[in-house]
Amino acid sequence: MATIYIDDKAVEATPGDSLLSVCLKNGIYVPHLCYLEELKETPASCRLCFVEVEGEPAPVTACTTMVREDLRVRTDTPEVRRLQRAALRLLLSVHRVDCGRCPANKHCDLQRIAALLGTGLKPKNLALLLREPQVVRVHPLFDYYPNRCVLCGRCVRLCRERHAMPLLTFADRGFSTTVTFYGQGNSEEIPCADCRACVKACPVAALWPRDSDAPVPGGEEEPSPNTAGSDPAEAGP
Amino acid sequence: MHEQSKEFELTAEEAAALDEIAGALGRFGQERGNLIPILQMVQERLSYLPPRAIELVASHLGMAPCEVYGVATFYNQFRFHPPGRYRIKVCLGTACHVKGGDIILENFERKLGIRDGETTPDREFSIERVACVGCCALAPVTVINETVHGHTAPSKVEGLLLGFQIERERKEREDKKHADGESQDH
Repeated sequence: MATIYIDDKAVEATPGDSLLSVCLKNGIYVPHLCYLEELKETPASCRLCFVEVEGEPAPVTACTTMVREDLRVRTDTPEVRRLQRAALRLLLSVHRVDCGRCPANKHCDLQRIAALLGTGLKPKNLALLLREPQVVRVHPLFDYYPNRCVLCGRCVRLCRERHAMPLLTFADRGFSTTVTFYGQGNSEEIPCADCRACVKACPVAALWPRDSDAPVPGGEEEPSPNTAGSDPAEAGP
Repeated sequence: MHEQSKEFELTAEEAAALDEIAGALGRFGQERGNLIPILQMVQERLSYLPPRAIELVASHLGMAPCEVYGVATFYNQFRFHPPGRYRIKVCLGTACHVKGGDIILENFERKLGIRDGETTPDREFSIERVACVGCCALAPVTVINETVHGHTAPSKVEGLLLGFQIERERKEREDKKHADGESQDH
């Protein structure tokens, strides 16, 4: 065991573990989206779990920093927060904020991170770039909502880990990148009904079991400006 | 999004090409590194990558079809819709971009009811975006099949499409007349 200091608090940790997992186990929340405890590899692609480590010239991602003896970490410096806010703002600039009708409402990672960082869910001075269509119904059981998706890749990596023949993947490139269930026609032949790992791991309910009664989100249902005040999306400065 | 659109039925020619492809796959090893050369071979024979070809390639390499699709969509060179009889290529190179090429593209998309990279269900028209066709002085440029249309304006888009329609109708009339003439001869 090694002793490390997170925000001046001494914490016992196993060398070689990721700093992020140690923080989370000790009740110190560090924003993160792409990291999943159960997957060994982390892409460090969400750029949210920055922390400052003594001796490092710039903030580093906690998910790729390994525990070593006498590590001294600060999770809430102004520079860390600045980086996290910038990353979150960019994510929100391609996110359809419609919390009232989103099944992830109240347990959404984006809401949690925005609350922690004290930013609203509607970034100012950034164009909102939404994608068409609002919902992709290709998979026999699950729907995909491109404008909720933060492209963290948890679902893609989990599916690859669990199934020799993965059922979903990233498609396209750049702004048009999506997660796709291309080629899954028959619900009898696929393990999805019993697995559901992708749906459970999604931090923003971008993958959600199809409910035939639910109305198709998006389109004309944009909340009018006078009702938007009650939306949790409006919370925060 | 590609996967949203309806699958095109293969023409007899394409079905034959697909059978040939199934045979030609044997020339490639089953390593994943062969994926892109294989996809290029398929596209050379079919001009696009229909879902059935993707399945074929996936099973040859022991990959999931969605993975093959994921790789293929990363590259601009692969198409997922058959080329139309009229291939509309809207230039979005620097000069055309500055001169409003994106507005021309949008006009074609709206008039034909398809997005860039797609093909109308009757396979008459397909829209692509290209980066510089080399005649920037004519910006914004649209290339339809081999013909370059310079100084395209939104108002010209409708004219171009109307021209094709008139041409097609005239041809149909002539074919009909020709057929009638022949049947009278007998």
